[in-house]
Amino acid sequence: MSTDTTGTDAATAITDSPGGAKRERLYRYLLFASASVSILVTLGIVFVLVTGALEFFGQYNPLDFFLGTEWNIDQHKLGVLPALSGTILVTVLSAMVAIPIGLAAATYLSEYASPRARSILKPALEILAGIPTVVYGYFALVYVTPFLAAFGLPVGTFNVLSASIMVGIMIIPMVSSLSEDAMSAVPDSLRQAGYGMGATKYEVSTGVVIPAAISGIFSSFILALSRAIGETMIVAVAMGQSPQLLQFAEPLANLFESNQPMTSAMITLVQAENAAGVIYQSMFAIGLTLFVVTFAMNLVSNWIAARYREEYE
Amino acid sequence: MTQDNVTDDRTDRSTIVSPEDAGNESETPDPSGESSLSRSIAAEGRDGERVGTAQTVLEARDLNVYYDDVQAIDDVSLAIPENRVTALIGPSGCGKSTFLRSINRMNDLIDAARIEGELLFRGKNVYDDDVDPVALRRKVGMVFQHPNPFPKSIYDNVAYGLRIQDDTENLDERVETALKRAALWDEVKDQLDESALDLSGGQQQRLCIARAIAVDPEVILMDEPASALDPIATSKIEDLIEELAEEYTVVIVTHNMQQAARISDRTAVFLTGGELVEYDDTETIFENPESQRVEDYITGKFG
Repeated sequence: MSTDTTGTDAATAITDSPGGAKRERLYRYLLFASASVSILVTLGIVFVLVTGALEFFGQYNPLDFFLGTEWNIDQHKLGVLPALSGTILVTVLSAMVAIPIGLAAATYLSEYASPRARSILKPALEILAGIPTVVYGYFALVYVTPFLAAFGLPVGTFNVLSASIMVGIMIIPMVSSLSEDAMSAVPDSLRQAGYGMGATKYEVSTGVVIPAAISGIFSSFILALSRAIGETMIVAVAMGQSPQLLQFAEPLANLFESNQPMTSAMITLVQAENAAGVIYQSMFAIGLTLFVVTFAMNLVSNWIAARYREEYE
Repeated sequence: MTQDNVTDDRTDRSTIVSPEDAGNESETPDPSGESSLSRSIAAEGRDGERVGTAQTVLEARDLNVYYDDVQAIDDVSLAIPENRVTALIGPSGCGKSTFLRSINRMNDLIDAARIEGELLFRGKNVYDDDVDPVALRRKVGMVFQHPNPFPKSIYDNVAYGLRIQDDTENLDERVETALKRAALWDEVKDQLDESALDLSGGQQQRLCIARAIAVDPEVILMDEPASALDPIATSKIEDLIEELAEEYTVVIVTHNMQQAARISDRTAVFLTGGELVEYDDTETIFENPESQRVEDYITGKFG
């Protein structure tokens, strides 16, 4: 009798789970829902952008939008090229700041820095990434522009150069951190091979480690650039309020004058008092253009990473 | 067996000294001090081919290496003859690789490593302050345990050492020569621009040998170069090592005692704790070792 009871108890212990399986299922759904949120939001945004843009193109000739060289809300001239000029300027200039400095910082952190120096510098760079971008914007306006003026550059109060420098500084941590990850992943045996050949540290870093990590490094550049394209607050604060077409007659003048990239042009549209109807709708067309550009760049980044990745051992 | 001939050998002594140091100190070799360190060793070829005396290229004197507090090399003294294959054998952790890596100062890359004693390359202590490890490594090349070609083309791998030395005259020709010497040319001559990583393991290792000899070093250090390879690739590497000894001094670390017996002229047996127990002609070590511990190790009683 007593043995029977024990047997039943043992059976109970392994069959009658206290809601474990049910709870597991619940956790699974909750976690799945969380993972789905970002996808759903992305799809929602794409849907809103596309429908908004289609509505806009119903009222405004797409050719006039994509090829239009004039942006004037009051006159209903909604060509995107001036704002695109602003975006290109900011992106190229900030890349010129962020790529050399970011790659040099990554090389230092990965190849040169002592563990102590790395333990201080890496978190410091992450802090740079954590500063709200509006702060960078005011910094550009209040410090960088006067600083450039003090050097005799004919910069306006709002200008492309100081905003671009700050955008560049903002994306340095992205370049350096992702590039450093790629460089740290290069197997030590390759460094040993370089040193064994009588290469200096610099020769090993530039001739062995960077080429071996080039796919990760390039994709860090592209991700950082797409971040620069999408950057809004710095340019809204420090770059001015009127999109300007690139002037090829005086290339440098483009840098010292104000301009407005697509991102902050969208802000202006939201705030504008007369923004209704087709003018308001143009925001979606600009947003869609931005989205397509950054999305394409992320695809390119993934493609590069996959195409040029070397498999070791 | 070992006779000490005092010879005056100062060949290339200054070439491992960094230019700045050589410049401001205008240091000239002191014949009385250094030359007596060089001696020649009578070394008998395993198969009787390389008989006769050979100059000492490398000599360790009371060498101690520590990793933090752990002693990896315990008071080792030995002289390595020119144009011979010298094998370093012993059980895992006996310090043979550490010894090899202290020759071209690869241990410098490990922060915890600390070295005492002298290691003379052509009579010059490579741990002297005025020695530039970069210059030293251009004279003393290295092949590693796992093939480690750069993720570049076959051609660029072999040309690497020459390019970093800005020595690119007749580059094509010298790349070809190095690949031929490494017995790889026939297999890769039509794919020089393809990635070295597409080669098989054995080919990669021969490529690494070609890369090491392209800069024409005096000594080639090999750290278990065949341990990651299959038997056929291993035998190719072994044949190659014997050929290389005609022009280079080869120091090879190996786990594989048969390999040491097959290819080396001299054998050094390291046992636990970084102690050099016996160093003699390979034949003597394998047939009639002095030390009982070496005999036990050779016959497989431990290790």
